[in-house]
Amino acid sequence: VSAPLAQLLAAGPPDAAALDAFIAEHDIPLVDRDGVTFLYRGAADAVLLRMFVSGLPAAQPLARVAGSDLWLLRLGMPAGSRFEYKFEVERAGASEWLIDPLNPISAADPFGVNSVCQGFGYLPPEWTLPDGGARTGSFDELSIDSRHLGPRQLRLYLPARFRRTRRYPLLVLHDGEDYLRYAQLKTVLDNLIHRLEIPPLVVALTDSPDRLSEYVGVDAHADFLVGELLPAVAARAPLDPDPAARGAMGASLGGVAALHAAWRHPGAFGRLLLQSGSFAFTDLGDNRRGPVFEPVVRFMNAFRARPGRPAERIYLSCGIYESLIYENRSLVPLLTGQRLQVRFEEARDGHNWQNWRDRLRAGLTFLFPGPLWMVYE
Amino acid sequence: MTDHALLGPQYRVPNLRECLASLGVNGPLVAVTAGWQEREGEIEELRAHVGMPVSDLGLYTRAEHVYAADPPFAAASRERQQRLQVLQDLYRLRLAALLGAVAELAAEPGASPALRRARLAALGDVRRLDRQHLAATEREHSGFARHWQPGRRPSIAPHLAALGTAVEGAAAVLIAGGHVAVLLNRLRLFGCGSLLRGRPLIAWSAGAMAVSDRVVLFHDRPPQGAAHAEVLEAGLGLVPGVVALPHAHQRLALDDPGRVRDFARRFAPARCLALEHGSLVRWHRGRLVAARDLRRLTRSGRLAQVQA
Repeated sequence: VSAPLAQLLAAGPPDAAALDAFIAEHDIPLVDRDGVTFLYRGAADAVLLRMFVSGLPAAQPLARVAGSDLWLLRLGMPAGSRFEYKFEVERAGASEWLIDPLNPISAADPFGVNSVCQGFGYLPPEWTLPDGGARTGSFDELSIDSRHLGPRQLRLYLPARFRRTRRYPLLVLHDGEDYLRYAQLKTVLDNLIHRLEIPPLVVALTDSPDRLSEYVGVDAHADFLVGELLPAVAARAPLDPDPAARGAMGASLGGVAALHAAWRHPGAFGRLLLQSGSFAFTDLGDNRRGPVFEPVVRFMNAFRARPGRPAERIYLSCGIYESLIYENRSLVPLLTGQRLQVRFEEARDGHNWQNWRDRLRAGLTFLFPGPLWMVYE
Repeated sequence: MTDHALLGPQYRVPNLRECLASLGVNGPLVAVTAGWQEREGEIEELRAHVGMPVSDLGLYTRAEHVYAADPPFAAASRERQQRLQVLQDLYRLRLAALLGAVAELAAEPGASPALRRARLAALGDVRRLDRQHLAATEREHSGFARHWQPGRRPSIAPHLAALGTAVEGAAAVLIAGGHVAVLLNRLRLFGCGSLLRGRPLIAWSAGAMAVSDRVVLFHDRPPQGAAHAEVLEAGLGLVPGVVALPHAHQRLALDDPGRVRDFARRFAPARCLALEHGSLVRWHRGRLVAARDLRRLTRSGRLAQVQA
């Protein structure tokens, strides 16, 4: 266990008051250079750490300190790491999943809230935090009656000081509402534009009512993006027509949708930002990721056989604690072999929105470098 | 009166009004906001802040009109810009190698005379390259001016006359920031080096860079690419002997004595001025008469307060 806890336990099982005092004085879980010690207090038959880190068991038991209601688990954890977790507490034959009651740091996603374990040295990047000095962009609404997908509502992010007399780069972003809600997208855009690290750009935030069907490499969705969404946005906002000023982006299956659209319509997008893409493929054997992935595998196998030039510049990122790290790594030599400009970044993180948030600066500034060196306001 | 003042950035915490008061200027004023490009002329906030009449010289828009009315000149200008871009790219390649040597020698342990001499020589190589680049860009500009004689072209001459009248009737000229290359391009196009010489002048951000005698682009922590400060080209030279560094605390690693030292030594004898919010420095007939909230990078690696 961590040094302060070892000191507490050295004299035998601590009483409740001593434990209360210890917990009040320390950030829990206890993080040091080499790892993390999880603590849980309470009556239980068993307590399990539930996390989704590839290569580690999905459930790891905490050990009870004899003579107390304190449960412990020590894990090695490299500096700068971050992952999300819950506790599973078993009592009287029933089990309950809950966020760590002693850890105030949590992260939300569409499925709920998880506790966050921030390894030694990890800090949320300061550019993800609201900056009172940054000029803020605004939102516009756009309706598209799609021939391919039916009626769709989009939000358009318009940068601060938006002018109709100027032409803007465009980024089409899948799961837009989730990016706003869970990855602080608007704050990040406002900050990076204000700091001149990316140019003022328009972002089309798309969402799907059924992403498991639409984001899996489906032609209708790609045709909607290129044949309907792009013209509709161009009719609403002044856009730079150069493909280098047009990007598509997504995380997980959203990354598949972005890559598929760019592959099916070469030249439509000059830039791709793909985060933890669900790029499942098969070489020997069959798909083992379940039926949802059947169309993904078909697309990815076709893509891997004939990648073409989906975009001139591509940024990929993936957490090394995700099972998708293999598929993402495998994509890199394929893309660089096409003589594309490729940047691949691995993070000590999992398949989650804060991982994707933390990579936005590197991805966006690689794809859309701002006028940092030339503009001094 | 030949008062010149440089200010820190004016966004959010402006001190332009205070500067005008110290100069005894009651207006009217003319402004150059060409660095704002398509937002040129949106000076309502500026007017409200200074509380006196301000008219924008409209250099960005005038240039657009010139290029539209004079296609051969527009084409030649574009070609010159392309040649300047090539020069900049080639300079940047050579600069990266030389600054790499400076960094490697700085990291070498020890303080032997040979190592000290090698460090000085490496920095000298960078200074020499900077001078060569400055000379090359100047040759490009002077060759262009000699061949095309912009001031005599019918597409430009009427603008020069109008600008001369506007500047003549102004108590001071304000030059705002923005895109420094665009700003400098427009200032050059309309002969502002001559037009503004001897006029009371207040400049900030990119404006401060453009009126100095050497425009240095800089950022120590860019999200992509190398953090190598580079010379763009000569400025108008209206405020000589300084390198203007707006937002220095955001852009430069001022807490790194090695970087501060190398920056100051590279551009010496010019004084490298960290122009932050609230900074003000003023010269009267070339003599420094006021400085507030202003620090300069020194060759010892420290930041020193500038005092009049």
